[in-house]
Amino acid sequence: MSLPIDMIILSLVVVSGIAAISVKDLLGAAIVFSAYSFLMCLSWAVMGAVDVAFTEATVGAGVSTVFCVAAVFHTTRRTKD
Amino acid sequence: MENLIHMIGAKFNYIAYIILMMIGLYALIAKNNLVKKIIGMSIFQTSIILFYVSTAYKTGKAIPIVEHGHGAHSVIHATDYINPLPHVLMLTAIVVSVATLGVALALAIKVYRQYGTLEEDDINSQIRIQAGK
Repeated sequence: MSLPIDMIILSLVVVSGIAAISVKDLLGAAIVFSAYSFLMCLSWAVMGAVDVAFTEATVGAGVSTVFCVAAVFHTTRRTKD
Repeated sequence: MENLIHMIGAKFNYIAYIILMMIGLYALIAKNNLVKKIIGMSIFQTSIILFYVSTAYKTGKAIPIVEHGHGAHSVIHATDYINPLPHVLMLTAIVVSVATLGVALALAIKVYRQYGTLEEDDINSQIRIQAGK
């Protein structure tokens, strides 16, 4: 459980999760959320869940980023928080 | 102090999953923008998946793929492999999470077309003005 690379990747996941909800720009938030999903996918590959890892890489980091960017282009980039 | 550092190192995945869950819950409750709320919901779902995958992990064991599985007569011990049952359950959870993300973003686009803003307090004040007149 206490692999050093596991702890490094999970710390980066927490940092990018905080960044994704505190960026003052919705397109930037979508891209940081994509980076969050990819780091989470790396963490699952480290923990031996390879099927979950490649599903997350295609569906989480790929399709949900496309959904978020498409929603931002249909609405607005500006946000107050 | 030594004991505390050892405990944090042994249970780091569970601490990280609680922190991620609280980040998602904070974004769902306290953020004002609808897209930020939806991103917080997705972070919450991912933290639950992290918890389940962490419960399946065994230190130093092989990933759950049997080498030369067909035609071999040797006995396969399940304790030599990481438990694959939570992985299979979480595959379904990932697909459900993307489906809810798509539906939520489509509803946010409809709300923006109706009210011209994504901020929750502006939408609430517009609803209050429409109900008042």
